[in-house]
Amino acid sequence: MALAHVASSTSRSNLLRPISAFISPNLRRQLSTDDTRTLTIETSVPFTSHNCESPSRSVETTPSELLSFFRDMATMRRMEIAADSLYKAKLIRGFCHLYDGQEAVAVGMEAAITKKDSIITAYRDHCTFLGRGGTLLEVFSELMGRIDGCSKGKGGSMHFYKKNSGFYGGHGIVGAQVPLGCGLAFAQKYKKDGTVTFALYGDGAANQGQLFEALNISALWDLPAILVCENNHYGMGTAEWRAAKSPSYYKRGDYVPGLKVDGMDALAVKQACKFAKEHALENGPIILEMDTYRYHGHSMSDPGSTYRTRDEISGVRQERDPIERIRKLILSHDLATEKELKDTEKEVRKLVDDAIAQAKESPMPEPHELFTNVYAKGYGVEAFGADRKEVRAVLP
Amino acid sequence: MRGILRQRVGSYMTVHEALNSALDEEMSADPNVFLMGEEYLCSNLHFLYQISIGLLKKYGPGRVFDTPITEAGFTGIGIGAAYHGLKPIVEFMTFNFSMQAIDHIINSAAKMNHMSAGQISVPIVFRGPNGAIAGAGAQHSHCFAAWYASCPGLKVLAPYSSEDARGLLKAAIRDPDPVVFLENTFLYEESFPVSEEVLGSNFFLPIGKAKIEREGKDVTITAFSRMVGYALKAAEILEKEGISAEVINLRSIRPLDRATINASVRKTSRLVTVEDGFPQHGVGSEICTSVIEESFSSLDAPVERITGADVPVPYNEDLERKSLPQVEDIVRAARRTCNCLA
Repeated sequence: MALAHVASSTSRSNLLRPISAFISPNLRRQLSTDDTRTLTIETSVPFTSHNCESPSRSVETTPSELLSFFRDMATMRRMEIAADSLYKAKLIRGFCHLYDGQEAVAVGMEAAITKKDSIITAYRDHCTFLGRGGTLLEVFSELMGRIDGCSKGKGGSMHFYKKNSGFYGGHGIVGAQVPLGCGLAFAQKYKKDGTVTFALYGDGAANQGQLFEALNISALWDLPAILVCENNHYGMGTAEWRAAKSPSYYKRGDYVPGLKVDGMDALAVKQACKFAKEHALENGPIILEMDTYRYHGHSMSDPGSTYRTRDEISGVRQERDPIERIRKLILSHDLATEKELKDTEKEVRKLVDDAIAQAKESPMPEPHELFTNVYAKGYGVEAFGADRKEVRAVLP
Repeated sequence: MRGILRQRVGSYMTVHEALNSALDEEMSADPNVFLMGEEYLCSNLHFLYQISIGLLKKYGPGRVFDTPITEAGFTGIGIGAAYHGLKPIVEFMTFNFSMQAIDHIINSAAKMNHMSAGQISVPIVFRGPNGAIAGAGAQHSHCFAAWYASCPGLKVLAPYSSEDARGLLKAAIRDPDPVVFLENTFLYEESFPVSEEVLGSNFFLPIGKAKIEREGKDVTITAFSRMVGYALKAAEILEKEGISAEVINLRSIRPLDRATINASVRKTSRLVTVEDGFPQHGVGSEICTSVIEESFSSLDAPVERITGADVPVPYNEDLERKSLPQVEDIVRAARRTCNCLA
């Protein structure tokens, strides 16, 4: 019964629908009495700070939040693994950068902010997009270049956007998203929105000069910009200590305060982002370094094992996996049984499979789509195809 | 609502005033328009062109932002602000420095509307002086018209007169797409007649339309920015030799007004393109090709292009003069087209 309910809502699947819509009847009974109970849970490690106070290690959460963390991260994990298969089946082309292992950052951040805040990231953006309210159908359609994709098939893996819920992409040039994110924060301050921007970048991008240029201006102008270094310890195939003289990324802002966070602990991420938002609105920019890990290589063309040992990868999976961490918390607090969590994972798997099936039915863009959206306002100018005597279009 | 400076005599206006008044009017009309650039707070340095003079005082530091000398950073910030719906006008002290930010202009601005399938448009203007500056040397004298105009998603404008400066800048600011607005230091203090219509606060010129500055019937000469003045002088000399030259002021490098150019060449049957940028893959190359493609049977002579020399611009005055087009170069090329046996 519950599964049928889930299947019919696939086409409108939205990670942020109330958890009660998807949970099996057993779980719902249990929650109805304990729904509003607050739990206080300690983060895995204390926060380390630079030029500021650390937030408390004790994080307030609710059973509902923990269950949604589990479900959301399981969805993200399943989505990325499915994308791996689709890429190997050659249904996804070009570049595909997977986020499995890093889910806690996307999910913890969403728990601390609203859709009026903005997020911008680089090309490892599928899960961040999902967290911002994107659907599985939009993800898989875009990856396969279909018109139901979030960028109508014209962007691809690295160019997901959802402006109406504060997600500004989706950028292929390493580091470029950080000044852009500071620009979003500039606009938020200019418009007196009372909102903030999270600009995500990796340990590879952390050495880019434009970051320091943007950080300098953000600090001078007190912009509500939060720079989040998703430190998965490898910039493409290069380990952090080979690329950065100082891999203490949370300290690299110098005059800008920073916080080092266990990025595999969704609750720690939530606490840090909440702290950072309050800080940024009052005092300007702050840096968060999320200590995280990606199980896949840099992209689908990288096995990820020539510069890391298999022991290291399996070690992280055993000791620090973000989904397992939440599973243990849920079980130890009796918020659900092991079977119920496994059922959730089965439902998620079916949701993902259904979305892929639906995405495969989505049509390819028509040829004329080559020439749409070149400009917002084209003045009726002519644009040309490869053979301009054969193919011409008028830009509206 | 007219410019801050009141140095107009009768109905004349310098390009400097024209640009300043356009910025003022558009800032007044739309609170989302703001300025960003270097050295806005110190107005007494001799090398500054001060196109934004008076605007910081009038609108305050909440609308006019003084940046550090970090083009990549502040250009990215400007584009991010445009993503969020503001309308930035980013000034490059000269377009030579835009190269530090060119990744943002091309990859973060020009391509965004297409990549996002229309979700994120970028209503930003990048403006500043372009091309040769007397005695400034190679790194400060580069013309970027051809590079920027080759990129789909950008609009590239190059005013000549004060009417152009006002009309095109106002159009650029109101335009929802990224616009590269190429000014010229030699033109800032030149004075041009302006009509009442041009002075109106809602005056703007259409993007993508060239202007026929001087009608003629024997040869079409296309030019933009400072070279329009040179082409007009060349036309006067040619007149005395019995050659009637039609001078087209491109105004818009992208979109290029191929229709006006081709219609003119079909009338005159001869073409000379003029630009002061480098020759290879230049603006003239595109115009010549367009004419060959669209109006081949009308041509009575091979197409000609007059450009900057194929060398970095040198410092010495004589060498510098030899590295840039002069009026006699344009005259000579036009004569060549007319001496051709059909």
